[in-house]
Amino acid sequence: MMEFFNNHKKLYLTALGLFVGLTILVAIMPAINNQNNNSPLPNAEALSEEAIQGKAVYVSNGCVACHTQQVRNIEMDKVWGRRPSIAADYADNHRTDFWRNTATLMGTERTGPDLANVGSRQPSAAWNLLHLYQPRAVVGQSIMPAYPWLFEEKDELEEGDVEITVPDEFRKGVKGKIVATEDAMHLVAYLQSLKQVDLPEAMPAPEFLYKRQPKNIADAAAGGGEDMGLDGAALYAANCQSCHQANGEGLKGAFPPLKGSPVVTDDNPELLINIVMNGYDPRPEYATMPAVGANSNLSAAEVAAIINHERTSWGNNARKVPVAEVQKIIDMLKQTAKK
Amino acid sequence: MKAISHTRTWPLLPPLRRALFVALLCLAATTAASAQADNVTTESLMSMPGIIITITLLVIPLVAALFLVVVKANALFKNIQARKDTDEATCFAAYLKTLNEEQLEELNKHREHREYHLSGQELSGPFSPEDDKGLLSGINEQANIRFIEAKRHALKRPGIDPKLSRLILWFLGTATFWLVFGTSVGEYVGIKFVAPDADHLSWLSFGRLRPVHTNAVFWGWSSLAMLGLGYYVVPRVSNIQIHSLKAGWWTLVLINAAVVFGTISLMAGINNGGGEYREYIWPIQLLFGIGLIITLFNFLRTVAHRKTREIYVSNWYIIAAIMFTIVISLVAYIPYWQNGLGETVVQGYYMHQGVGMWFMLFTLGLVYYYLPQQLNKPIYSYSLGILAFWSQILFYTLIGSHHFVFSAIPWSLQTVAIVGSAGMAIPVISGTTNFLMTFKGSWHKVSGSYTLPFFLVGIIFYFTGSLQGTAEAFRSTNLIWHFTDFTVAHSHLTMYGIIAFFLWGGIYAIVPRLTGQEPPLITVGIHFWMAFVGMMFYTIPLMLGGTLRGLFWLEGGKAFIDSVVLMAPYWLWRAIGGSLMWTSHLIFAFNMYRMINPRKTVNINDTAIRQLNDGEYELVDFANEK
Repeated sequence: MMEFFNNHKKLYLTALGLFVGLTILVAIMPAINNQNNNSPLPNAEALSEEAIQGKAVYVSNGCVACHTQQVRNIEMDKVWGRRPSIAADYADNHRTDFWRNTATLMGTERTGPDLANVGSRQPSAAWNLLHLYQPRAVVGQSIMPAYPWLFEEKDELEEGDVEITVPDEFRKGVKGKIVATEDAMHLVAYLQSLKQVDLPEAMPAPEFLYKRQPKNIADAAAGGGEDMGLDGAALYAANCQSCHQANGEGLKGAFPPLKGSPVVTDDNPELLINIVMNGYDPRPEYATMPAVGANSNLSAAEVAAIINHERTSWGNNARKVPVAEVQKIIDMLKQTAKK
Repeated sequence: MKAISHTRTWPLLPPLRRALFVALLCLAATTAASAQADNVTTESLMSMPGIIITITLLVIPLVAALFLVVVKANALFKNIQARKDTDEATCFAAYLKTLNEEQLEELNKHREHREYHLSGQELSGPFSPEDDKGLLSGINEQANIRFIEAKRHALKRPGIDPKLSRLILWFLGTATFWLVFGTSVGEYVGIKFVAPDADHLSWLSFGRLRPVHTNAVFWGWSSLAMLGLGYYVVPRVSNIQIHSLKAGWWTLVLINAAVVFGTISLMAGINNGGGEYREYIWPIQLLFGIGLIITLFNFLRTVAHRKTREIYVSNWYIIAAIMFTIVISLVAYIPYWQNGLGETVVQGYYMHQGVGMWFMLFTLGLVYYYLPQQLNKPIYSYSLGILAFWSQILFYTLIGSHHFVFSAIPWSLQTVAIVGSAGMAIPVISGTTNFLMTFKGSWHKVSGSYTLPFFLVGIIFYFTGSLQGTAEAFRSTNLIWHFTDFTVAHSHLTMYGIIAFFLWGGIYAIVPRLTGQEPPLITVGIHFWMAFVGMMFYTIPLMLGGTLRGLFWLEGGKAFIDSVVLMAPYWLWRAIGGSLMWTSHLIFAFNMYRMINPRKTVNINDTAIRQLNDGEYELVDFANEK
């Protein structure tokens, strides 16, 4: 036996052979297998030209250091997408170019939110641009870097320019108009393209594991189901706060205030529920509101919790809407939409 | 799981570390308890870590009880022994009473012979000693209060080829540069967690600087330092000169070039696509690869021509590490299996093999040489070294995918990785045992040496850091810790606690031998303690904060941004710990300067002889002057 250890050729070749053999088994074969046996889902859209360039901006600035793009098959990841990510979701990633490798961008660190479905969750271009220019202008406690170099300062707008409205405290002496560069527009196009694709009918979605037990079911039933024990403030924080802000005052010139808003405090909640579910864009001075409720599949109980929070906070003092009434209005809205 | 692994380490840990771990566990236990109180519904999820922590807490009094039992039993045993001895004494006294005069005289004479001593002046006579020739030197006549313990000085060793010395010093010098550079970047990046608007320059933005930091300390600092130390070990244990010095210089230049170009390109926004540690694009990483191939060839030729019969275990580890790293780089950069999830599978494999097969394997090879050298005794067991070697290859190769547990890569591959992670206990425990048993009987040397403390810390973290990795890989713990800063803490415990400390130990061991100049003991001490304490301040808050953040996500129902706010104090502590670590690197750089930079001291004898030979001075004839 020691003879073998004293022969450098035999020793090193054995070690190398063992290592290469295991490498083929656990890395190369599974990689090839995954590459060849998965194709994009039938309703998946290929990235647009702008989105492809936006992805390059995303890669080049190392966004993957803090943002994952994977919904794991565990219940706690349910906030990031409707279903767990599957191999097919990544199948359309190919080598970037001669110099650069494939960028699957799954990530290993979630310092910031997961972005696998951010295109559905936060599609507003106005919000994304302002957030890129200065994240703390929209999310006060954010620690994301600001990307002012994706914007330029202009005295006069030219055709096709997209100006962003930055609150004064974040303008930092910039006098002119702040205009998004092509890079910024491309990056936003890429972020908007990040949407979970619906699985084909025949294909069951993988299950979320490690399920939470629903909170206080018994209590909610006993309490007449007014808000099902849901925390309206938390739901507001998760779904609405990044635009309308924690104080309900919105951002001047970008996102309207909910505090004192006649739409929010109206005794008839129909328009409010319609806006929450299907979005809104009647006023040119404000950004377009995306269909938050529909995109995130909010239930009637969740919508009720959110609007009741909005109707009773920041000095607003409207009646609380029961879940049953919200359910009725949502059903009615669906009916009219179909017609 | 982590908690259990820690209880195993306790008997081996010094009191300071033990205290820290107890504190950490208590903190973890209280937070777990409060989380449970807050939310009864997640009890089923909480039960796993909760139970584990409870068991650990129960083990503490059990260990204490066991200790008490041993103490008590020992006292009882002594008691019985004392009674026995008294009985024997009584018997002996009775026997003495039976002796007659003659026999007693015989015994007395015997005693006189045994108690005879020399007076101590047989050779010198009545005169007091004189020391005209100066046979005793370096006596400290002023008995100052000593604030710093004097450490043993480096031994004078047979000369090393000055050309090889130069090469090694260049490797270690450039490595030191990259350590200071890379950790300056790391420090700045850490500060950005606390002050995100520190600057608004694209070249200095977080996403670009983070890989600059990781790659600079990987390929710049650790790799160059390892290779430098390796260029000392490989020929030495083969008992032969290095095959080619030129090859060594080429490796040095190529690797430095790779890190320079890599750093610039990352800051300019050119990277390979986001896979950790393969952010350098292929033409840049190729320089590194060629550097490795050249050195592999060089080392293999040296070993092939060795003058010893056996191949010392260091050379197993070192050469295997280089071979494997070349394979790893090829797998990572060849494009034929990188589409879709192929990229992710390869990424998991690559990032972990880079750490385990390059840094860990190579460094272990160095430790198998430098540790016995510094203790001046052979390694405890050759066989354990061999077991650790083969089991490391067998298990480590499998574990890459544990970075993607619960992701879209096949469940079975994740399971293989988790099983492999558990198997890592075998090489880690056998390696640690081997090193600690080598220390056995020489513990007193630790306090008198400025290199051994570095090795000791490295060994402790080899054990705890590696087993922590095992604990993190399980699905139940991954659920909490994955995606949080716990991973960042783990990577610093290992790459810093293990690799950097071992490398420093090796550097302080050989540089004084190469240059004949030792670093100031006080600054070595400051370097050690700042690095060590800094790392604790860095990692413990991140582990704690990471756990809390994971539990926060697990509980759900709250806005993500609140989990960012939750981390703020822990990120601040990380920045403080990081600053300590960074300062210690500046001190290390100063120590390197003191060791390498020639100090001008005039040797009277040599200078006199040289001046004689120069013939510039008129000779004074002392004899005729009289």
